[in-house]
Amino acid sequence: MPLTVDIVTAERLVLSEEGVDEIVAPGIEGELTVLPMHAPLLTMIKPGVMRIKRGNDETDMAITGGFLEVRDDRVTILADAAERAEEIDVARAEEARRRAEQQLERREADVDLARVSAELQKALIRLKVAERRRRRTGTRPGPPGV
Amino acid sequence: MPGQLRTIRRRIRSIQSTAKITRAMELVAASKMRRAQLNALAGRPYAEKMRFVLADLAETLPLIDPEARHPLLRQTEDPQHIGLIFITPDRGLAGGLPSTLNRRVAQFIVESGKSARAVAVGRKGRDFLRRTRQEVIAEFTGIGDNPTYAEIRPVTQVAIQEFIEGNVDEVYLIYSHFVNTVVQRPEVFKLLPVEPPAHAETLAVDYIYEPDRETVLAELLPRYIERQVYEATLEAIASEQSARMVAMRNATENANDLMKDLTLVYNKARQESITSELLDITGGVEALQKA
Repeated sequence: MPLTVDIVTAERLVLSEEGVDEIVAPGIEGELTVLPMHAPLLTMIKPGVMRIKRGNDETDMAITGGFLEVRDDRVTILADAAERAEEIDVARAEEARRRAEQQLERREADVDLARVSAELQKALIRLKVAERRRRRTGTRPGPPGV
Repeated sequence: MPGQLRTIRRRIRSIQSTAKITRAMELVAASKMRRAQLNALAGRPYAEKMRFVLADLAETLPLIDPEARHPLLRQTEDPQHIGLIFITPDRGLAGGLPSTLNRRVAQFIVESGKSARAVAVGRKGRDFLRRTRQEVIAEFTGIGDNPTYAEIRPVTQVAIQEFIEGNVDEVYLIYSHFVNTVVQRPEVFKLLPVEPPAHAETLAVDYIYEPDRETVLAELLPRYIERQVYEATLEAIASEQSARMVAMRNATENANDLMKDLTLVYNKARQESITSELLDITGGVEALQKA
């Protein structure tokens, strides 16, 4: 029996899909793969890339932390923020990366290093997801909904 | 006579333009209300899932030594200081909604008989708390009609910090609960210490927790609270807009009634003046013929 996947944030239901074969998620204790018939699991997840596989079809999502629950072949991800590859605004992510890198380089006293490196990481994940999609589909990344 | 006519005409015109404005405000409020309702609904799955997981975690809580309990679950025997998160609209013209909320918060503080420290969200409530000399420790105004989760988080963080530092023993959320388009009720909800929801269904699922139960719980609790505050904010916005919508609809109707009455008065006055003018003329003609 294939998996059912729901990705929800406090603001919206980001994705709801049935018939998924495999999910790869950035678990707190390392990357984990969920296959059908997985034992009940509740794990925290780190900011990273989530991959949803269905046959030969793969969907990537950028995710910034949260929880992943598996029960009876239902996978629910309570994400702090989640974006599908096609929703990612590459220009904005690029801008965020540049800003974070500059702040890290200057090492100013009033900069919260932990926060800035978290920002940087988020931007890098977004870019990675968008880049993978571009390579796979051969489309140029555009604004969301295009 | 013509002077009086002009005054009435001017009043009719002024009422007419007022009616146009209130009608426009009604339509705007209706669409904002729908938006806020949709936003509140969109986050439901997240909230439900979270409640479920928390209930599951809570079932094992009694096993844990009360001293070692997560700080956000810690109950105080005899609470002395209470914290409030008071959510009100920024703007008026929303019928009785702001004053109903203000009355509720005043009643709540008086009945509790404890000293209150308040986090005010929205101008109406902030002004009221200030006016009544309550302690306002933080204020958030101008959050707009469509706040993001990230915009509301600081509200919760202030409250959590107050609670953890022991400045307050309990935190309550006071907001306008959206029952339906015509009914909004002020609601008082105990936010902290968290009282974990009970399981609606008992399904003995033996989860594997990673890294472990305590850590998951510690990470989950703040998000659970944040989500509740966010949902209350969205409901408050939906309430505000629907209260405004109803108030503006009434205003438009009143203006239309007034316009109808005034038009009647105007027409009567106009006819009277025509009649008296005619009398003048016929009187004049008669006088001339006699001469």
